[in-house]
Amino acid sequence: MSRKLLVLFLVLLLAVMALAACGGAKETAAPTEAAAVTSAPTATEATAAQPTEKPAMQEGEGMLATVKARGKIICGVNQAVPGFGFLQSDGSFAGFDIDFCKALAAAVFGDATKVEYRPLNAKQRFTALQAGEIDVLIRNTTWTLTRDTELGANFAPTTFYDGQGITVRKDSGIKTLQDLQGASICVSSGTTTELNLADQMAANGIEYTPVVFETADETTGAYLDGRCDAYTTDKSGLVARMSMFPHPEEHMIMDVTLSKEPLGPVVRQGDDQWFDIVKWMVFATFQAEESGVTSQNVDDMKNADDPNVRKLLGTEGDMGAKLGLDNDWAYNIIKQVGNYAEIYNRNLGPDTVFNLARGMNSSYVDGGLLYSPPFR
Amino acid sequence: MTSLTPAKDILPPPTERSTVLGWMKKNLFGSIGDTILTFVAGGLLLWLIFAIVNWILTKAQWAAVTDNLQLYMKGQYPASEDWRLWLLMFLLALIVGMAWGIFLKRAEAVGWVLLIIPVVLAVWLITLHRESWWRFLVVDILAMLGYFLGKRYPKKLARPTYILLLLYMPLVILVVRGFGENGFMKLVGTNLWGGLLLSLLLAVFGIVFSFPIGVLLALGRQSKMPALKTLSVIYIELIRGVPLITLLFMGQLMLPFFLPAGITIDRVIRAVVAIIMFAAAYMAENVRGGLQSIPKGQYEAADVIGLSGWQKMVFIILPQALRAVIPVLVGQFIGLFKDTSLVALVGLLDLLGIARGILANPSYIGRQLEVFAFIAMIYWVFSYGMSYASGRLETTLGVGER
Repeated sequence: MSRKLLVLFLVLLLAVMALAACGGAKETAAPTEAAAVTSAPTATEATAAQPTEKPAMQEGEGMLATVKARGKIICGVNQAVPGFGFLQSDGSFAGFDIDFCKALAAAVFGDATKVEYRPLNAKQRFTALQAGEIDVLIRNTTWTLTRDTELGANFAPTTFYDGQGITVRKDSGIKTLQDLQGASICVSSGTTTELNLADQMAANGIEYTPVVFETADETTGAYLDGRCDAYTTDKSGLVARMSMFPHPEEHMIMDVTLSKEPLGPVVRQGDDQWFDIVKWMVFATFQAEESGVTSQNVDDMKNADDPNVRKLLGTEGDMGAKLGLDNDWAYNIIKQVGNYAEIYNRNLGPDTVFNLARGMNSSYVDGGLLYSPPFR
Repeated sequence: MTSLTPAKDILPPPTERSTVLGWMKKNLFGSIGDTILTFVAGGLLLWLIFAIVNWILTKAQWAAVTDNLQLYMKGQYPASEDWRLWLLMFLLALIVGMAWGIFLKRAEAVGWVLLIIPVVLAVWLITLHRESWWRFLVVDILAMLGYFLGKRYPKKLARPTYILLLLYMPLVILVVRGFGENGFMKLVGTNLWGGLLLSLLLAVFGIVFSFPIGVLLALGRQSKMPALKTLSVIYIELIRGVPLITLLFMGQLMLPFFLPAGITIDRVIRAVVAIIMFAAAYMAENVRGGLQSIPKGQYEAADVIGLSGWQKMVFIILPQALRAVIPVLVGQFIGLFKDTSLVALVGLLDLLGIARGILANPSYIGRQLEVFAFIAMIYWVFSYGMSYASGRLETTLGVGER
């Protein structure tokens, strides 16, 4: 028996070693393959990663060229935020943030499907952006001065104006911030919410116990289990989460807003052309809603009399060329993804379980904050 | 077997041992205290079972599970390439069947259970009106075909079966990954690997690669060469000193900064390497435990018959040492399989990551219990399977007996 066993063992050991070598070879082969495919833009990626050395870049050399050579956009997303990013049964991603990834792909390639989604957690996202693993970060990221400066990030226009709120049980009798004296509050770690809460409570001289969790699921779970008196996150998140509660009617969102949370796409510093593209991609969705251009009527609107619409849709002028794109870039966004109202309603609007009111997220003509500079 | 039967093993009169009532009277209602305890515990147990069954059958909404079966199994792997995964499964069934026929030669209860599982899955898929149910039956047929072939021609098929077993893993990677941009077996990027497929690949690769590295590290730690010994000790203690999640985060967050610009290492490979590094350190310590259990006489005997140091290790010491630590190693493999769920925290869509993504879908909001119960069951089935297989292996190899 022992002899047989020994032979078997030896064979196995050798085979495993051979396998290890194979695997090793594969590991090294993968990156070189990738490098070979994008050999031309490799150098430019290097400059993009070190923005301070070569701030000015010639046209066609930057991120846009890299992305075009690769044939798809790598979009950093969150795969587990109801309404903003989630997995559908067929395996595709969907959600408010995902739609802006699609819009960017539509603008660059004329094809909204040319996106590789990279799910990231709250701590990973800026590292992934800085290290050049993603082209754009659209992952409910709050625009703050610190992030804008120290993290080497550039924030495109806000796509969703959010604010931090607090959910409490109705029977707890908590109405104002002062009522939270001595309370324990559930909060997710690594987010601005944790800091905002500390700042606001310190400013008001309220003592409380933060109960910190890694994910939103755990945080709400702990709140529902009665481990904390209150639960705080952005109001959009509170609404989304409350719709999942077993008895939503027993809870309420307090009428306080702890912070401003403008959420929007983020790109690396150092490539202005790419930044411009992402910015105007967002503006195009704003402008389309303001001008009444939808995915349904966009073909008719191409021949509209309004010169602003004609310029937006590329019938007139060459706005796209100025961005380094085709002139029908905005047409593609609206045709394939839709204007801002369509994106909003599809993911968060009255037809969804969230039924979030537009509020600040309305066009400025309706009293909201969405305002696009003119397309001319 | 001892020759004398101890007093406590002498059987009581037939009336006391053969009837259920007799047994109950003795063990459950022996005294008033026992009777009360029996009723309280029994009541609680019944209530618990009733509550669980009631929840499963009436309260739970299983749409979040049944609608997304594809996602749980293979993540975002394109549906047009599904046949590749099925092909691998068919091949596995054939190989396992042949190996069973050649080496075990008997069908055994486990074999029947293994054959029944695909039938149950097929029936389940039929009730869900899925078209792919017949594939599970093909799995069964191939397994049985392999079994009979193996049993009929054990000599002729032994070698091919070994070779197939060894080639299976590289083949899995080749077929799952594919090659070329278009056409037959096109490349499927690792970003699309997910669900159980990814979890299993991570676990299997972690186990297979960490094993030899761990053995080498254990030998290194026992070595008399100071440099080798120091290096092994430093590696083992360093890696054992940090949690796996730290290594995963380092791989995902810090590695990109050390690499030259424009070169990125695949995220899945980074996770696999972190898992292998972590598992190897623990493996080394387990194997060292086995090495130290070998009596000095074995080393001396090997020296006496003139074996070199290398021959001594490979032919005398390691086979005995590894045999002794099989239960520990399998325990570690099971832990490793479950630890792969940590990659969900660094954004990979393994079984847990997929589950979290599905839970964010507005259609399935609030279905945490169902989804997590389902993936917990999958983890349990595989963990228990490994545990059972190791039990069998121990019996076959006679671990614990000398």
